Amino acid sequence: MIKILFFAALRERLQCRELQLAITQPCQMQDVLKQLQQQSEKWQQVFSEQQLLCALNQQICSLNTLVHPGDELAFFPPVTGG
Amino acid sequence: MDKPLIKITVQTEDFSLADEYQLLANTPGCGAVLTFSGLVRDDGSTQLQSLELEHYPGMTEQALTDIALLAVARFKVKAVTLIHRIGTLTPQQQIVLVGVASSHRREAFQAGEFIMDYLKTKAPLWKKQHLATGSDWVDAKHTDAECAKRWDLS
Repeated sequence: MIKILFFAALRERLQCRELQLAITQPCQMQDVLKQLQQQSEKWQQVFSEQQLLCALNQQICSLNTLVHPGDELAFFPPVTGG
Repeated sequence: MDKPLIKITVQTEDFSLADEYQLLANTPGCGAVLTFSGLVRDDGSTQLQSLELEHYPGMTEQALTDIALLAVARFKVKAVTLIHRIGTLTPQQQIVLVGVASSHRREAFQAGEFIMDYLKTKAPLWKKQHLATGSDWVDAKHTDAECAKRWDLS
């Protein structure tokens, strides 16, 4: 299993803060993203419209980064702190 | 060189600029202290009622620690304090504090700017503004990304 977190505008639009996804072998971040987009038409639309960053185990990463079972992933809009 | 003093806090409550300044001023060998505080801005045109700050617990602290360590390595400063508030804030309240203690002024100024530029593009924090007319998430600014680029950050 992997844990996936969503934040800010993305969390609100998906109406989802966190979910678990079953993976049995390593895959790329973009494979996870594809699976998420396939959840529903709404998810497909939200992910295609929103500019996103992703993180693996609390470090910003790219869509080519390798994901392993047990990892914590996150997707979120560009940050606006400070 | 002595071990740098790094203080990172993510909190809902306010902070005291005077207290944080004094802590930095106590740093052994320090000859310059720089503090920057960012406030909730209401320029009058949007009728801002409040600002809500969301963050990624755990990752925010890690990202702020990483930038403090980068600043220490790059500018040889002696101490860095980084405080970021979360939750609901109203106009003119303090949001963020960056404090740097160093031997001389130049590296303190540079480290302070570097830390803010990095924080604005890398730390997982998001602002939602509540206006008289409704609420929306603040968009990331292109200018912030440009500011971060001048430090050669990926």
